Amino acid sequence: MPKRTDIHKILIIGSGPIIISQACEFDYSGAQAVKALKEEGYEVVLINSNPATIMTDPELADRTYIEPITLEMVTKVIEKERPDALLPTLGGQTALNVAIKLAESGVLDKYKVEMLAAKVDVIKKAEGREEFRAAMQAIGLNVPESAIVHTLEDAMAAGDAIGFPVIVRPSFTLGGTGGGVAYNRQELETLSLSGLDLSMTTEIMVERSLLGWKEFELEVMRDCKDNVVIICSIENMDAMGVHTGDSITVAPAQTLTDREYQEMRDAAIAIIREIGVETGGSNVQFAVNPQDGELMIIEMNPRVSRSSALASKATGFPIAKIAAKLAVGFTLDELKNDITRETYAAFEPTIDYCVVKIPRFTFEKFPEAEDVLSTAMKSVGETMAIGRTFKEAFQKAMRSLETGRAGFGADGKEQLDHLELFELESGLRIPSSKRVCYLHEALRRGMAVEKIFELTQIDPWFLRNLEQIVAMEQEIRQQGINGPDFLKKCKQYGFSDQQLAFLTGTSREEVRALRKQLGVLPVYKLVDTCAAEFESYTPYYYSTYEQENEASRSDRKKVMILGGGPNRIGQGIEFDYCCVHAAFALAEIGIESIMVNSNPETVSTDYDTSDKLYFEPLTLEDVLNIIDLERPDGVIVQFGGQTPLNLAVALAEAGVPIIGTPPDSIDRAEDRKRFQQFLQKLHLRQPNNDTVYTLEEALSVAAHIGYPVVVRPSYVLGGRDMRIVYSDRGIREFMAKPGIAGNKHPVLIDKFLEDAIEVDVDAICDGQKTIIGGIMEHIEEAGIHSGDSSCVLPPHTLSARLIEEIKEATRAMAAELGVIGLMNVQYAVKDEDLYILEVNPRASRTVPFVSKATGVPLAKLATKVMMGMTLEQLGLTTEVTIQHWAVKEAVFPFDRFKNVDTLLGPEMKSTGEVMGVDDNLGLALAKAQLAAGVTLPALGTVFVSVRDGDKEGILEAARQLVEMNF
Amino acid sequence: MKALIALEDGTIFEGESFTGRGEAIGEMVFNTSMSGYQEILTDPSYTGQIVTMTYPLIGNYGVNSDDMESVAVHPKAFLVKEYNAVPSNFRSEETLAHFLSRYGVLGVEGFDTRALVRHIRTVGALKAIVSTEDLDRDSLVARAKAWDGLLGVDMVQQVTCDQPYGWADNRPVPGTSFSTAQAGMSNSLKVVALDCGIKFNQLRIMTEKGCQVQVVPAATDAETILTMVPDGVFLSNGPGDPAGVQGVVETVRALLGKVPIFGICLGHQILGLAYGGSTYKLKFGHRGGNQPVKDLTTGHVEITSQNHGFTVDLDSLDKEAIELTHINLNDGSLEGMRHRRFPAFSVQYHPEHAPGPHDSLYLFDRFVEMMRSEIKKRN
Repeated sequence: MPKRTDIHKILIIGSGPIIISQACEFDYSGAQAVKALKEEGYEVVLINSNPATIMTDPELADRTYIEPITLEMVTKVIEKERPDALLPTLGGQTALNVAIKLAESGVLDKYKVEMLAAKVDVIKKAEGREEFRAAMQAIGLNVPESAIVHTLEDAMAAGDAIGFPVIVRPSFTLGGTGGGVAYNRQELETLSLSGLDLSMTTEIMVERSLLGWKEFELEVMRDCKDNVVIICSIENMDAMGVHTGDSITVAPAQTLTDREYQEMRDAAIAIIREIGVETGGSNVQFAVNPQDGELMIIEMNPRVSRSSALASKATGFPIAKIAAKLAVGFTLDELKNDITRETYAAFEPTIDYCVVKIPRFTFEKFPEAEDVLSTAMKSVGETMAIGRTFKEAFQKAMRSLETGRAGFGADGKEQLDHLELFELESGLRIPSSKRVCYLHEALRRGMAVEKIFELTQIDPWFLRNLEQIVAMEQEIRQQGINGPDFLKKCKQYGFSDQQLAFLTGTSREEVRALRKQLGVLPVYKLVDTCAAEFESYTPYYYSTYEQENEASRSDRKKVMILGGGPNRIGQGIEFDYCCVHAAFALAEIGIESIMVNSNPETVSTDYDTSDKLYFEPLTLEDVLNIIDLERPDGVIVQFGGQTPLNLAVALAEAGVPIIGTPPDSIDRAEDRKRFQQFLQKLHLRQPNNDTVYTLEEALSVAAHIGYPVVVRPSYVLGGRDMRIVYSDRGIREFMAKPGIAGNKHPVLIDKFLEDAIEVDVDAICDGQKTIIGGIMEHIEEAGIHSGDSSCVLPPHTLSARLIEEIKEATRAMAAELGVIGLMNVQYAVKDEDLYILEVNPRASRTVPFVSKATGVPLAKLATKVMMGMTLEQLGLTTEVTIQHWAVKEAVFPFDRFKNVDTLLGPEMKSTGEVMGVDDNLGLALAKAQLAAGVTLPALGTVFVSVRDGDKEGILEAARQLVEMNF
Repeated sequence: MKALIALEDGTIFEGESFTGRGEAIGEMVFNTSMSGYQEILTDPSYTGQIVTMTYPLIGNYGVNSDDMESVAVHPKAFLVKEYNAVPSNFRSEETLAHFLSRYGVLGVEGFDTRALVRHIRTVGALKAIVSTEDLDRDSLVARAKAWDGLLGVDMVQQVTCDQPYGWADNRPVPGTSFSTAQAGMSNSLKVVALDCGIKFNQLRIMTEKGCQVQVVPAATDAETILTMVPDGVFLSNGPGDPAGVQGVVETVRALLGKVPIFGICLGHQILGLAYGGSTYKLKFGHRGGNQPVKDLTTGHVEITSQNHGFTVDLDSLDKEAIELTHINLNDGSLEGMRHRRFPAFSVQYHPEHAPGPHDSLYLFDRFVEMMRSEIKKRN
């Protein structure tokens, strides 16, 4: 059936801010959907509160509303836009939940809006625990024994009946929020109370625990003619009990015979039919008893999910794009496979490589939180790697994690040899973000695979492969790099040059030189959906060490963009947004763009974002290997956040043409001593500060500057390990933290300016002229990390004189640093005096917010400036003033981490952001709050409690609240 | 142990044997299934071929006695990127290497299988030799070239059963009459399966659908078959060039119109020849579990399991007599047809899967319906 002509205007709901379990994969899916529908001539209206998304770029949808995704707001948009249809399956759980509310409140009926892809009853059948269980039983599939309860009493009774341990799963929440494993009545009580509270329908399921069973997922697609295909199978390395988002996962499934795989496939197809998802993608999760193969259905998501994004990147099949087209009536056999161009979307991708996804955790940001993995998701991002073997892919994924590791152990970073056996065993038994390190240690000590399996329930197949890596490690230690064949084998096992250097006592540079001398070079193979059966046209590559190289250099002028790797707190979607804009800008000026990134959730790793995509770890070795092949005319390092920036100096030393601001300027801004000289030269003020390496120095410097002071290691992003300290004791505590003192990088100590206003500025400079992109005044006082602060654009309290001073200082610094591209400055204003806190000659976290607020695409313009164009040529000669207010608010993951202090400080803790826009500052702020999930009370009683020093300050606020009848 | 893989066009790959010493000569083909290597190895259609798996990690789940599709391993050699020696699966009884060794089939790993596949995709299926014994490249290439190949050869003779057998309790039961088949199925349909290289799952499924199946050697003539008074005749899959198969086409032509016929793969090609059409060799064939086929009668797309190097020439068929029922969505090739006057239909792919998706099981129901409606007509 061709596309529907009875609908013209389609509303797409986004997923809002980045939170744990709902990250940039929904920008990826939403952006694909918007493009796909526009391509078919539909008018697309979009609502999303997250400004740092590609989908909310003005050129994407016909109308974009940056508004809170609430029933009220979406209703207003529907009232105004009168769309014919609503597509709710591409914006995660947020979109699905709002869609249900819209349907149930009668809004959709009233405005005659049709729900595409999945109707309300379908969503409820899939998401409602009881309905789902009944549906599964109706088609003869097994689900774990369970009870749906709405009260604590019933929950306890259910626990007793089923037998402990049990799993608590709240209905209609995402990422398993509020769920967990209860081993006894006490734990069940705690979990039930929080679960009932978090569920949209005050409903939880108490379920038989399948701890230790193997976990699998299938990605299914269906069209309106009931054609169903499986896009990808995924096997979790971590057994049941760890949320799939927190599990190391592998595609395709490794340990199923065809008979078992097909049984699962049949079940997935029966489920999508029984649940009644009319069109699009769904994800089904299975548990398999390793003893006898018994199959249980765990859950089904009737929408595009995080796993869909992973499956798309793992296979090359664009699930979200196809899902959008199926929603408007196309069938799978009518849609072409973009990759092969000749075949159709009605097929099942087959792959000839192995894909490993490893989640990225940030427990270090929440020291009070327990690093234990369970059924509620805690990871903030993920990285994916592709290799021809599991071993290669696993090691590549480990070094893609951006945790300073060079692979699976063998890099001198583990240091677990002091562990007693019982400690090691407990580290293996209890799933945590560090379990993979314990695995390495156990294998290194020669613990039997059977024993490790008993402790971890990780399938022996994975353990055997890991064991082979460790055996290879020992071999390398013993015999060194013994000839080209052996070196090639090491590389095929995924060992990085860094690991080989560590194991053989040489340097990474030496290993690299030797490798080149011996001719052991990577080749690049295509991700082509079909295991080479058909010719493919999409240049999406991964590296491996084999015979045939499929990537070839073009004659075009080309620029490489280095992405940001896995999402983590401090480095999120904002940087991916900038990288994507760089690719778009290069396309606009006819230059070939080459993207390098390892994050499967992003738009940057979509095969049609750039001209070429290398899905590779962002380490010096992997990047240099691609550069050797592509020999780009320039490399952009200033958009992908700290990850590529950390490579800048080494790349420049290797003779790589870094374009834009020279690496030396980056160093001048990062190196405190040089930065001080730089500011003195410009007669600019900074809080009194110094650089120290030892505790003694730190104490004396702090005494000299005077408490309170801000302490932090240099070269970090997101305020990692940054503290405000008020006494010698604080200094001692800070310097005693592991990895602080005695490091290559020094510790910075700054005077902390109390009660100061913080100001963020983003500017663009072409080497001659500097244009201020936006001045943002923080609402929180200085001392709260800028990523965690809410801010207002334009500044709402700063005097005209100060604003002028800020602009002048920004221009002067840009000129002095020779910035070509973007620059971000953080200022503090205290008593009308301006202090420079930090200068970053690179894209900042606020670039997308400023671009959305002002309509000036800063990242694109910066890319063109880096390519040698002037701002005048680009038509940006004056600063844009806006007539509305834009407020940015941060969103925090505190609900994920029990017992964590929600107090904000200089260490960044937020995972995402939202934007509120209005003519009225108060309303803009209220919208931002609403979008961040904070419902502001309109009446009630206010309890005020502040320390003496703040009593003066609270007076005005208290007075206003009283006037509003609180 | 070092092994060389040489193609007739001079291309050489160097791998490692994981089954010890050996040498094999055959036609180089590739299969894109990600699971089901045991079923592939025991599928008689691979007789005379050297099979390369595109999925790189093989051996992961071992081998078990339930997933046998025949009683032997048929390819001459089995090539993979990485052999996984220690299987992990609750049904595993044996390692793949041991299994291959038992049947004297050479297993080779550790080379760029994707490069080999891309090569075959570009130039077509080639004659090849794999050896741990002769490591002289020129000699290997010359020997590959000198091999006669499969074109025009009757491979069915090599794989068809010597004696008729029935199917009961999920295993073959020797015997020559329908009484040897499952007892107590008086209402069941009697099917004679002409064994050109039959896969056990075809027998398992027909039995499940309520048929009593009698498997007979491919050389069994029409008269003998008709004296068994079957409700239907099933034409199995099998290896090699359909044009080289001796006698079976004539048998089928004689049966046409007298008894309902269902053909799969080689059985489909033989029907094509019996209808007066011709067959030709595809460049590199279809082998895998993800081939989309459209049922033109319903418009529905099924994902199919395939394994064939030859195909029926669509243009050679008399459109008045033969209706095209299924096409391959990827390349538009003929996947299924039915006779307009006689009760006979066939598909090029494998509705019995094993390995592969179960989407096409309805074809066995169609066969059952066809037999029942013919019985009705007769009565």
